[in-house]
Amino acid sequence: MPLSHYTPCSHSKKYIAEQDRAGARFNKELTYSVRWGTVEFSRSLSLRQEIMKWNGWGYSDSRFLFNKKGQAEFTGKRYRLSGLILPSLKDWFEGTFGANLQHRSPATPSLNLSAVAPPNLNQPFVEDLKAAGLAVSHDPEDRVFRAHGHCLHEVFALREGRIGRVPDMVVWPSCHSDVEKIVELACKHNVCLIPYGGGTSVSSALECPREETRSIVSLDTSQMSRILWIDEKNLTAHVEAGIIGQDLERQLNERGYCTGHEPDSMEFSSLGGWVATRASGMKKNIYGNIEDLVVHIKMVTPRGVIEKSCLGPRMSTGPDIHHFILGSEGTLGVVTEVTLKIRPIPEYQKYGSVVFPNFQQGVACLREVARQRCAPASIRLMDNEQFQFGEFCFSLILLNFFLLKNFCFKGFDPQHLCVATLLFEGDRGKVLQHEKQVYDIAAKFGGLAAGEDNGQRGYMLTFVIAYLRDLGMDYYVIGESFETSVPWDRVLDLCRNVKERIVRECKERGVQCPPLSTSRVTQTYDAGACVYFYFAFNYRGLSDPVHVYEQVEHAAREEILANGGSLSHHHGVGKLRKEWMKESVSGVGLGMLKSVKEYVDPQNIFGNRNLL
Amino acid sequence: MFSVFIQPRHPVLKKRDDFEDVLEERRRSSDLRYALRCYTPTLYKGLVPCKASMLKSIVLQSDHLQYVIKQVSSESGDSAECVAEEASLILDEMAHRLQLSTIRFFAFTLSKAFKRLFRSVCVNEEGIQRLQQAVQEHPVVLLPSHRSYMDFLMMSYLLYMCDLPLPVIAAGMDFMSMKFVGEMLRMSGAFFIRRSFGGDKLYWAVFSEYVKTMLRNGYAPVEFFLEGTRSRTCKSLTPKMGLLNIVMEPFFKGELFDVNLVPVSISYERILEESLYARELLGVPKPKESTSGLLKARRVLSEDYGSMHVYFGHPVSLRSLAEGKINRSQYNLLPRYIPQKPRVDTHEFLNDAAFRLVRIQEENMVLKPWVLIATLLLQNPDGLELSFLTEQTDWLRHLALAFGAFLDWPNHEACSEVVSCSLALHRHLLSVSAGHVQLNVTDAPQDETTPEEAVFHRAVVVLSCASYRNQILHVFLRPALLAVAMQSANSNRKDDVYNCFNFLRNMFSNEFILCPGDSVQDFEEACYLLMKRGVLQVLEHEIVMSASGHSTLAFLCSVLDPFLQGYQVVCRCLCEETNENLTEKEFIPAVRSFALKLILAGRLKCCEALSSDLQKNALAALLRLKAVRKVKVGDQVTLKVNKIAVNSLEDTLGKSNVNQNSWCSSMAMLK
Repeated sequence: MPLSHYTPCSHSKKYIAEQDRAGARFNKELTYSVRWGTVEFSRSLSLRQEIMKWNGWGYSDSRFLFNKKGQAEFTGKRYRLSGLILPSLKDWFEGTFGANLQHRSPATPSLNLSAVAPPNLNQPFVEDLKAAGLAVSHDPEDRVFRAHGHCLHEVFALREGRIGRVPDMVVWPSCHSDVEKIVELACKHNVCLIPYGGGTSVSSALECPREETRSIVSLDTSQMSRILWIDEKNLTAHVEAGIIGQDLERQLNERGYCTGHEPDSMEFSSLGGWVATRASGMKKNIYGNIEDLVVHIKMVTPRGVIEKSCLGPRMSTGPDIHHFILGSEGTLGVVTEVTLKIRPIPEYQKYGSVVFPNFQQGVACLREVARQRCAPASIRLMDNEQFQFGEFCFSLILLNFFLLKNFCFKGFDPQHLCVATLLFEGDRGKVLQHEKQVYDIAAKFGGLAAGEDNGQRGYMLTFVIAYLRDLGMDYYVIGESFETSVPWDRVLDLCRNVKERIVRECKERGVQCPPLSTSRVTQTYDAGACVYFYFAFNYRGLSDPVHVYEQVEHAAREEILANGGSLSHHHGVGKLRKEWMKESVSGVGLGMLKSVKEYVDPQNIFGNRNLL
Repeated sequence: MFSVFIQPRHPVLKKRDDFEDVLEERRRSSDLRYALRCYTPTLYKGLVPCKASMLKSIVLQSDHLQYVIKQVSSESGDSAECVAEEASLILDEMAHRLQLSTIRFFAFTLSKAFKRLFRSVCVNEEGIQRLQQAVQEHPVVLLPSHRSYMDFLMMSYLLYMCDLPLPVIAAGMDFMSMKFVGEMLRMSGAFFIRRSFGGDKLYWAVFSEYVKTMLRNGYAPVEFFLEGTRSRTCKSLTPKMGLLNIVMEPFFKGELFDVNLVPVSISYERILEESLYARELLGVPKPKESTSGLLKARRVLSEDYGSMHVYFGHPVSLRSLAEGKINRSQYNLLPRYIPQKPRVDTHEFLNDAAFRLVRIQEENMVLKPWVLIATLLLQNPDGLELSFLTEQTDWLRHLALAFGAFLDWPNHEACSEVVSCSLALHRHLLSVSAGHVQLNVTDAPQDETTPEEAVFHRAVVVLSCASYRNQILHVFLRPALLAVAMQSANSNRKDDVYNCFNFLRNMFSNEFILCPGDSVQDFEEACYLLMKRGVLQVLEHEIVMSASGHSTLAFLCSVLDPFLQGYQVVCRCLCEETNENLTEKEFIPAVRSFALKLILAGRLKCCEALSSDLQKNALAALLRLKAVRKVKVGDQVTLKVNKIAVNSLEDTLGKSNVNQNSWCSSMAMLK
């Protein structure tokens, strides 16, 4: 590390050991830590780089691999699955994708520094930053690390050692006033700023625009990670926006509180990122999505600081200015501090699962649950393909052999059945009551309870599924997930059509083996649901797999829009889905957003060119 | 599999499947055993067809129907239960009750009947295989051409034979009035729709929901006739959009991933209803469908109807058809059960798709040698020497093939053999004496017949014969329009010729299948075909006739001649009509008697002007061109004629028709 501005912390490599799982259900504290190891990301400027992969998902020490016996295992010690051998993953993998363990497509082992273009520094700006005492770096590794999110094409290029345009330097503000200084200097010297939080974007939002000729500066918020105060009277916490989800949750837990905001990326994504993309958490049914959680936002823009004057819970003062900030995707400024609602840690948590004879019945049940407004903290419905994947790889249901036999006995066809996973939270009595209510509804739709363990495993999968993509990429399999939101009456049609469109597009583009094309309903609302698609295929024999992938995803998005789905439920637009913005929000709508950008940032200092 | 329409710019190159005679097997083995054999059709997603009662309750409970019931109830003041009861009655009247036993009964009786009627029933094997594939992938809509009652019996018969799922068929209500037979048809999968229910919201809702439910659930292929009714002239009729819109909507609204549209072309060497149609066109009303009428029709069983061809076209994927033309997200903002009138662009798409599907039907229609002979005989009312006819038939055959006709010409047989065979099969339409062939138009059967009756008798033969010529019109249509345009244009300049072409095309677009908006493509196709044939040279700004092209052009002109004359007669009639309040109903009789007068006076030779089909089409064209307006007076619809406009149209048509005798003179030259 060429930086002289910081001293590496001695405990940076020390990970807090995983909590013992036993009795965690009744454990009032650290509800989240059962799933991942804990690391405080802000301890040093580049700690994240040291412990995370530079060309894949998550921690360097945690990855799937096929061992010498051809059995899959998950390395490391951070997760519950860590160290586990998954004997049937190979069969599933080879069977589903027509892949072969003999055919490897390994990644470039390390970053070739010479592939990184020399930085285009704006020297006076650098001088002014240094004079102001801000931490900066133009080290190639630092720059490359902040040049991408986790879109397939971004990771694929890294694995091949291809490096495109990367930021010319990185700056680490440590507080709100640092950001003010940086933005002021950026305006003065006309450099382009790209805010960087957790780097988990899947919308090409972090990609440096090719047409940008100015010096591009990545503004890394990771050092702004303190909880500034907690107000127990109003149940709010004032937090710096660079804090990473798991740190925020752990620190609040230590005080007996939580935000309850748990997006799948919460191990790595930041509060500021959530605000900037309109993030959604798994347990939104209890806690709400990010827009429901924020009470106050402070954002530094080239025009100055935007914030409200009080912490009132709701205001009628014209259009809510928070909604210019929420989802602005780094085009208007940097979110520096956020006041969030907090809740006491729930007394009791209980997982659950229900098996349905088919996806239609499952969706009908979720719809009914939403109609009765009795959705648990989380309720998700996997389709048959995902059920099979879960069963094969993680013995989701198979463990309960008798259970499965029981289902077959009752006329459940393993080729059609699907499973819903549930998570209840609250005080014990109410949870048990609530649980009964939900299971009663499920029974009306032919659903049979399939146990707590299966439910819990289902949620566990959420956090490791991103690691699986890296395994696939070692063996010529590429894939991605994308999401949408859609009215209830169109959920089934949309899922079927999009899945089929994916299969057909793959076929037409020369993909040899039928792709994995699956969907799941991950959130319920009064008027609709959030639907996720997972899609992967074996790319052997294709000359430009990423292009094929992009074409298929493009077609799938067209299909989503044609079937009444939205452009995005919570991933955002970034640059990946920009082309559909006008269609999605009308020309006038887009014009309104543009005029806000025009006023707030006439020089286009925040020039990541997302959204608009 | 998912063929998108490609404009037939090079129709000649069209590759077609081979045929196989399905009756051959029937003649060898037991019909009874065949009718009772194990029938295990390939199904869409392995779905077992649902019971009629189940289907009924799905339809009645559907959101769409419930919505319309409430709407109708609040508009009419009747209680919702009352309206629902009405809907249920409509559904009872409409619904099919497909039963395998009835199908087996038909399989047995039709085997017997078909073997007596037809020498062979030829089907393209590959088409069946494609259909088998298509049925498993997506819900299928079968779109056969409609020339005879036989059509849908034959379709179900063939599908049963090939182990394909039996279709449910949209049939006109008139069948229902046939006691017993109506019910038999119902049990073989027909469902009945009223011929007109324009404003009846409830009826429309029940009907469309019924069709959509069957399609959405993929229980059975839906079959209907794009042309709406049997074509009495054997020309394809302008397609109707109503049902097509209904079967497409589930795709537009995302309820189905795709729909396979399968055009089927059914052609007959001799049509069972041949003279019946001619009489109908001449104003003898169509006999009401009745069982006794059908029994009388047993007479037809004793005659030879030659062979029959059924060609299953490539399934057309609605999804690829609509790609880039329909923005499906237009349906996002309204709950899908609320009926929505198609938007302008949807309407255009429907229209375009319907025309293209009918053109596919036309292109796949098998033509027999007799069609060529009939064309020649009609052009030579005084008859031809047999040897000359043979020679001309051979010439015409090559011309037709060059234009891409799907001709079923026997291999390795001398042309004279083929001609005499055809003449024998159609001997009731012509007379052959001392090597001279003539349409059976001159011999007055009895002395007592009035001159009118004689004309009528002649017209029956001419119109019967014309129904064969009409089968090949689609092959010659575009070049013929160009040929006429060249004759009538003021110069050889390309744009002059195009303007004339466009005028004629516009004039005749109710008469023939001419896709709206395809004018330029049609013109180019005509140029291409005639250039390839060496008839024309198309230069940058000019179109010039080649030295050798005269006879072809003359032939092509006389192909359109009866239509030009017929339209002129209609125009003349309207101009000379003194009744200011001519009603729509009086129009046909008025034109008919006007034409009859001209024929009797010897001023008109062309009997086809008597055809009510031509007269209706001409009126539709005049209405479309706004030379005639419909005005509603009380319950009557009267026609207001803009005489100046009609007169000028007639003049322009007359100009196109100056050389009406050139073909005859060229024939004389050739002789």
